[in-house]
Amino acid sequence: MILAVDTSLGTTVAVVDADGRTVAEASTPDPLGHAEVIGDLLAQVARPGITHVVAGMGPGPFTGLRIGIAAARAFALGRGIPLIPIPSHFAIALDASAEGPFAVVTDARRREIAVSVFDGVDADGIPNLIRPTRLEKRGAELDEQTHETTELSAAALARVGAAAIAAGRVLADAEPLYLRSPDVVQPGAPKRVSA
Amino acid sequence: MTGPLVLGIETSCDETGIGIVRGRQLLSNTIASSMDEHARYGGVVPEVAARAHLEALQPSIERALTEAGVTLDELDAIAVTSGPGLAGALMVGVGAAKGLAVSLGKPLYAVNHLVGHIAADILTSDDRATAPLEYPTIALLVSGGHTSLLHVRDLTTDVELLGETVDDAAGEAFDKVARLLGLPYPGGPQIDRVAADGDPKAIRFPRGLSKASDMAKHRYDFSFSGLKTAVARWVERAQSNGEDVPVADVAASFREAVIDVLVTKALAACADRGVPRLLLGGGVIANRRLREVALERAAAAGVAVRIPPLSLCTDNGAMIAGLAAELIASGRGPSTLAFGADSTLPVTEIQVSPA
Ligand SMILES: [Zn+2]
Repeated sequence: MILAVDTSLGTTVAVVDADGRTVAEASTPDPLGHAEVIGDLLAQVARPGITHVVAGMGPGPFTGLRIGIAAARAFALGRGIPLIPIPSHFAIALDASAEGPFAVVTDARRREIAVSVFDGVDADGIPNLIRPTRLEKRGAELDEQTHETTELSAAALARVGAAAIAAGRVLADAEPLYLRSPDVVQPGAPKRVSA
Repeated sequence: MTGPLVLGIETSCDETGIGIVRGRQLLSNTIASSMDEHARYGGVVPEVAARAHLEALQPSIERALTEAGVTLDELDAIAVTSGPGLAGALMVGVGAAKGLAVSLGKPLYAVNHLVGHIAADILTSDDRATAPLEYPTIALLVSGGHTSLLHVRDLTTDVELLGETVDDAAGEAFDKVARLLGLPYPGGPQIDRVAADGDPKAIRFPRGLSKASDMAKHRYDFSFSGLKTAVARWVERAQSNGEDVPVADVAASFREAVIDVLVTKALAACADRGVPRLLLGGGVIANRRLREVALERAAAAGVAVRIPPLSLCTDNGAMIAGLAAELIASGRGPSTLAFGADSTLPVTEIQVSPA
């Protein structure tokens, strides 16, 4: 059984069995409050027999995104089982029924969107990413039909994880898909305080 | 071999601290700091700190377990800092603590960071057998993130906030003045280094919130932003007069002003409350001059000073585990899983979200 955890949009967790069937699922679409709800949602689906933990690696607002990744890693550590990082947009793409290339779009705050372009699924059953995830201004013209969403299914994320495990493929780095550098400027000379 | 085995997670600022205790016995205190990553910005950058926590957490937990020679299955409970601190940084620890607790099916204790600093003093290790902390005690906690004066009647049930900084934390003031003087971050050790050759009485910098008129409202509060501005003004005047800035004297005089206010107010609290005990905690306690002045003036006032080892004064997970172990020993049940990060958690909330 695979546990999947994602906090890139709302907070969602699910357990799917070896046949890809959803055993348990719990979520809230609230784009805030991830830290408050993650424990109770996990407790609702946690059970013996989990063999892998899939973490949704974003893109998503950093502060919330990290909470799910931290919880997923710690859960895997607690059980002594592997952590499989998967980009969150793959879960959305798996559930999207689109013909030809399409763009998965999620809000990236600051009047920007995160865009990943997929085209069907490949031989391993994994959505075929044909253009890496990027940021665009909201309202920008995209070449592909768009599939914008504010929710994703942890069960779908778990199924992508299962396909990746079966195929022995790595779909994401260990670090979150931040897409932005931390918002800081290096200080210049101290400002004068005297008139 | 008595007392609950607790793993504590601390991520309120720039240190990822994992500690393991058995009751009051310290088994491990591992700290991964992102301080170097903040150096070029001259202060802690919350987003940089939060990213670093996420990277450091798992290896730190693994290292702590190895050092303590225990396995996750043996733990009796997990503890985590719920606040106060940087919200985004705290949330990484909260997420990890909940994931770990649910995974293992172990109770979780969400606790107060400031009260954790006090709990640091009760921990013992092979090379440190300490007399039990006596109540009541006044506690002065000074770091880059906080400057607080507390009246502690009981660690697990009764902590009162007497005063705190109304603007910058003392550690922040050191960082900002260091920058004014062209010294690198973190400022505390740098100010200390150059102040060694300086005259602390060379310049009389203002003592914030120490005038008679401040006493009614801010008797135990601190303010360091006016002091920082006074130092800036003094340096600018010297420069515009074409004089060389006597960096050593400025640093020594600034440091003396900070220390004077801290110690004066702490000892005033001891006197007013009739409490002949003062506990020091927080990273700024690493400042040798602060410890010297505090010990000297406390002795003259008949106040006994306790200072935990420096590795337990800076932010760490052992103090969080230690506080939870005390809560467990006093019969308190775990927190529910519904708590979050509270960046302004009041000190009276020693355990968050008790069942
Ligand atoms: Zn602290």
